[in-house]
Amino acid sequence: MSIPSDRRYSKTHEWARKEGDMLVVGISDFAQHELGDVVFVELPPVGSKFKKDEAFGVIESVKAASDLFLPVGGEIVAVNDAPVTNPALVNKDPYGEAWLVKVKPANSAEYDALMDATAYLAFTASEEAKH
Amino acid sequence: MKRTPLYETHLALGARMVEFGGWEMPVQYTGILEEHHAVRSAAGLFDIDHMGQIEVQGPDALSYLQCLASNDIAKMQVSEAAYGLMCYADGTIVDDIFTYRLTGRYFIAVNASNTDKDYFWMLQHTADCNVQVTNLSDQTCMLALQGPKSEAILQTLTPAKLNDLAYHHCLEGNVADVPTLIGRTGYTGEDGFELFFPVEHARKVWDAILEAGKPFGLKPCGLGARDSLRFEAKMPLYGQEIGPDITPIEAGLGWAVALDAPGKERLIGRDALLKVKLEGAKHRLVGFEMIDRGIPRHNYEIAVGGQIVGHVTTGMYSPTLGKNIGLGYVPAQYAKRGTELEVIIRGKNLKAVVVPTPFYKREK
Repeated sequence: MSIPSDRRYSKTHEWARKEGDMLVVGISDFAQHELGDVVFVELPPVGSKFKKDEAFGVIESVKAASDLFLPVGGEIVAVNDAPVTNPALVNKDPYGEAWLVKVKPANSAEYDALMDATAYLAFTASEEAKH
Repeated sequence: MKRTPLYETHLALGARMVEFGGWEMPVQYTGILEEHHAVRSAAGLFDIDHMGQIEVQGPDALSYLQCLASNDIAKMQVSEAAYGLMCYADGTIVDDIFTYRLTGRYFIAVNASNTDKDYFWMLQHTADCNVQVTNLSDQTCMLALQGPKSEAILQTLTPAKLNDLAYHHCLEGNVADVPTLIGRTGYTGEDGFELFFPVEHARKVWDAILEAGKPFGLKPCGLGARDSLRFEAKMPLYGQEIGPDITPIEAGLGWAVALDAPGKERLIGRDALLKVKLEGAKHRLVGFEMIDRGIPRHNYEIAVGGQIVGHVTTGMYSPTLGKNIGLGYVPAQYAKRGTELEVIIRGKNLKAVVVPTPFYKREK
């Protein structure tokens, strides 16, 4: 399982990566693996605002629907259509082509409080152990 | 939670395990879509040992089953198999069952989560009947081999002439030298077989089929694909399309209910079912396709003109059709093909339209 160290991670398995003063957000490799085949992605319109850990979209596998939670509060400034039109992209490239939204963070301290790759690796190991 | 003898085998194959009907079962190995497509285009092997098996024998076995099973058991020849339901006195459903007529006995496959309930229900109704009802679930292993390549795969492991075995027929033969009841039936909408054999041979038969199937593109398949496959073929799932709050007539299973055949006078639920049949079902199970973007799911509400009128029993992305489709109950007046429905998905009324079912039917 891949956990790139150029970004930070939430306990609900979303990642955030700095890009200028924006944050790019997606779901982790662990999350796409847990979900299984992704068949539906719904994202919010540009301009909508969310608090940290608020549901900003929905991702569905063959079996079930799950909420997507924004790892940092802020305004959505860009939405990626690629995973919406081709949901399987989330399984193939969760860290790259299947990024979900770009956020203008309201409070950059929220990013710093997320887990780094090492902490997230330990976290997913403990999640795995619950299986 | 209960485990089948193949539990370790599933783990070794990389399966993800989930709870189903009190059992810890594989939901998928490599992925539901891949497994689904394998069954539609080649073949899939399913561990369905969680399902129950109940044997009925004795001089009164036929008249006893005519009271308990909705279908006409008297019509069945030896080596025939048939779908039916057990109903309560009010016509609602105890379980759906699959009955095999063998020489001198009937062998019945029932749903995993209902095995004990069904067995007690059957025992409760043995009064005045000279029958022996035996729960064989613990000693019987059950596997399903499904898909267009099933016959070719199984033929490499059995001397029986499978080409001569018609759909909904069975034979008592050998698979990988293990005495096996081979039924030509399934729960996927494809050609295929359900196999019953002594549980101690589970690993041997599973491995032999998986190995024999390799050149044919056979894949081990989990309950995830089993659900999406049966759903496309509109085969009901207990707890979703059928259950103790619904009659077979409403569920569109009237074809499996024989009320007027000789011997059905004492069928449990007959009066209630006759009434529903005569008056017409007030609610009907319909298939629908989403027009708006969204995936219907079990228990989502269905509305017409903003008014809640029913609920979704099963809904998902159909791997074969590439569409978001569902099954659900609506009042009979909304069951007509082309009727516009709304499915309430996360608070939004999203448009859907009633379409003919089954969603998928194999070419024969």
